[in-house]
Amino acid sequence: MIENMDPTMVNWARAQFALTALYHWIFVPLTLGITWIIAFYHTIYVRTGSEEWKRLTKFWMKLFGINFAIGVATGIILEFEFGTNWSNYSWMVGDIFGAPLAIEGIVAFFLEATFFAVMFFGWNRVSKKFHLFSTWMVAIGSNMSAVWILVANAWMQYPTGQSFNPDTARFEMQNFADVVLSPVAVSKFTHTTSSSMLLASLFIISISCWYLLKGRHIQMAKRSILVASIFGLLASAMVGLTGDEAAFEVAQHQPMKLAAFEGLYHGEKNAGLVAFGVINPDKKVGDNQDPFHFEVRIPGLLTLLANRSLGTFVPGINDLVYGNKDEGIMGAAEKIKKGKVAIARLAEYKQAKKTGDAQGAAAALASFNENKPYLGYGFLNTPEEAVPPVATSFNAFHIMVVLGTLFPLVFIAFLYFSWKGTLLEQKWLQVLGLPMILLAFAAHMAGWIVAEVGRQPWTIQDLLPVTVARSNLTTGTVQTTFFMFAVLFTILLIAELSIMAKQISIGPEEG
Amino acid sequence: MIANWINNAQYAQLQELWWFLCSVVGSLFLFLTFVQGGQTLLWQVAKTEEEKSLVINSLGRKWELTFTTLVLFGGALFAAFPKFYATSFGGAYWVWILILFSFIVQAVSYEYRKKPGNILGARVYEGFLFFNGSVGILLIGAAVGTFFTGSNFTLNEYNFVTWTSSLRGLEAAFSLFNLSVGLFLVFNARTLGALYLLNNIDFHGAGELEERLRTAVWTNFKLSLPFLGWVLIQILPMDGFGISDNGEIVRVTWKYLLNLVQVPALFLALVAGLALVVAGVLLTVRSRARCGIWSSGLGTVLFGLAVFGMAGFNNTAFYPSKVDLQSSLTIYNASSSIYTLQVMTWVALLIPFVLAYVAYVWWSMDSRKLRLDEVSGEGSAEVY
Repeated sequence: MIENMDPTMVNWARAQFALTALYHWIFVPLTLGITWIIAFYHTIYVRTGSEEWKRLTKFWMKLFGINFAIGVATGIILEFEFGTNWSNYSWMVGDIFGAPLAIEGIVAFFLEATFFAVMFFGWNRVSKKFHLFSTWMVAIGSNMSAVWILVANAWMQYPTGQSFNPDTARFEMQNFADVVLSPVAVSKFTHTTSSSMLLASLFIISISCWYLLKGRHIQMAKRSILVASIFGLLASAMVGLTGDEAAFEVAQHQPMKLAAFEGLYHGEKNAGLVAFGVINPDKKVGDNQDPFHFEVRIPGLLTLLANRSLGTFVPGINDLVYGNKDEGIMGAAEKIKKGKVAIARLAEYKQAKKTGDAQGAAAALASFNENKPYLGYGFLNTPEEAVPPVATSFNAFHIMVVLGTLFPLVFIAFLYFSWKGTLLEQKWLQVLGLPMILLAFAAHMAGWIVAEVGRQPWTIQDLLPVTVARSNLTTGTVQTTFFMFAVLFTILLIAELSIMAKQISIGPEEG
Repeated sequence: MIANWINNAQYAQLQELWWFLCSVVGSLFLFLTFVQGGQTLLWQVAKTEEEKSLVINSLGRKWELTFTTLVLFGGALFAAFPKFYATSFGGAYWVWILILFSFIVQAVSYEYRKKPGNILGARVYEGFLFFNGSVGILLIGAAVGTFFTGSNFTLNEYNFVTWTSSLRGLEAAFSLFNLSVGLFLVFNARTLGALYLLNNIDFHGAGELEERLRTAVWTNFKLSLPFLGWVLIQILPMDGFGISDNGEIVRVTWKYLLNLVQVPALFLALVAGLALVVAGVLLTVRSRARCGIWSSGLGTVLFGLAVFGMAGFNNTAFYPSKVDLQSSLTIYNASSSIYTLQVMTWVALLIPFVLAYVAYVWWSMDSRKLRLDEVSGEGSAEVY
């Protein structure tokens, strides 16, 4: 039988996925973004033949290599973790979800792996042009791999192009183009890659600021900052545009997530966006507590963001949980009822097939198909279970947005003083630039927390809750591997940071 | 013509095509385990820091290729045979976790081993590389062995897996047959590793390293033979897992021998594969050639194709269950839908293109052998 499992085991498996995914994401955005900037530096070197640009390219390439290795190390576990910890998921959606992973391997990973060796070791082995070509191929390969894994993730948020096959008891792909070109996939990819470019720009700025403050490698630092600020500013604009699109898509396909990250309990027309607020972490859906200790809203902005037209309704958590007849919103309670019917009919259908009862099978199937869209809800016990952790989603979303608004101002300041030629005198700006990379990481982590915590309890939105997606493992087994990976990744992270710090302190000349 | 074939292919044809494609990727991985084999040779063949640097840097230019091929092998199995992916990874949990662990530690070791501030010290990273090349490959071999000896799982009517051994897959390593497959792969990888290094390094100033590598080729080849012999002696008369005419899984006497007889291509691949492995070794040891890796490498690929083919083709259950025969997985009941296989087949048309650029880059990077002065002293800034 399909059944819900020991919640402790599921939560440890959740924690393990969160751990491995967040560790992986420490390294990936830097890889995705900095490859473009390195390719750009490398191009300038090949065009000008200037030794200074070569040194600069090699220096950033070295830091990239240190980061890339641990990105690869933390990445392999994610692919196989779908199988080890989420084997029911792997079976139920493997027909759709497996394809992008395999395609990622064929079209992207081999580009990265093959040309990575040329990029690093090709300085005196291949022609200058082929070497430069390889550097671009690494950038393209890395970002192509992001396309496919984000297509896979987007499909979990917005499962389009599929249908459930009762005979195999799994979801099967009906339209590949729908899966790949879904608007959620497009906005996810563009938002993720542009924010990665932003992060890489801040990485370069932070390290360059350290050199300026130390009075070392001034020329290289100034040049690096100039290119990184331009990249960063362009990336910021993209991040803003694609972020708006991402929020719009969430509103269309995951209204509960939107309500959670805005802390919106009662839906309304012309809903306001929280500009600043302190959320009440003890608030539970259905109780009378105020969701906020304090909040400042910009009137109408949430409606505009969610529906792109004023005067329309944005559903709140209560509307989605308990239903809202006036707005034609079916509540989770009713969906659960329909979902349980779907599960029961599926079992009846299977039984009838086994006993050769064709008529019974047809009747069960017809009723199953009617209730199929709510299949996932059938695994929930109470309507309140359909609500994700609101405070976490709210805080993560607002941290991301505030930081995303701050970064372009930082880039503008660096550009302005670079253009005026007085960057060296602006000690305050150099000091301000130092911690920027940490803030960029905070924004990235917050972004993924919004995306993944905000869609709980679903692995596949509305179709498959996390509790059913798990493998049949004991809590102890998952705990053991959780700590195995936690310890290993922490040691490797410390080693990575220590090596990185050493290389930065050695600097470009001697390195 | 290709479009026509893909659009009109029967479901079974696509399932067989995808078993073949997965077998190709898996077999290429077996060839590329020369990286892992080389990692375990480090202490034996490289006595000085310079020699170590030569070995590590030579392998270090290829490790990602092996790693990526393994990842693609996993991805292709997930996409084409999701029931296998779900059953094996979620069921034989510990064996896969340990294999993964060994590849995680490998991935950082080349880059971090010699870098100042690496916390753990070069020896630990070298230990990681050894662990990956020995335990990692041994367990992969044991997992491949279960294609023939079967595993301990049942599937319910929703195809959810229950593993019936508390060792969660590690029990595979306690079968003499599976262990022999694993040890054969370990020693074959070491043979290939030595052959690759002989081909990839310029031994001017490192003549002793060359002699040690030639000895290693011969020793490891000899060590691989008893395990290979045991595997062959066991597998041919073994009771296998066949699919009967009505689709049930049944025990079939001499099943794998029958597969070789009934599908001559498999027999040819097995014989030619083993002959080419031997030829590569003999060329290296007797004629002091440096190109042995190509012969033994191709031989390993053909051998791999024969093994995967014997496991999955000719109405054989490739992932049999020892405890519930009818839960066994075949390429027909474990695959993706016909639509997904068609989509994937379109994408697979890119594979020859990928192989071509990998080969081109390999050739253009390695046409000049790795010299001692490139990895030590002046001008050695970009090394592992």
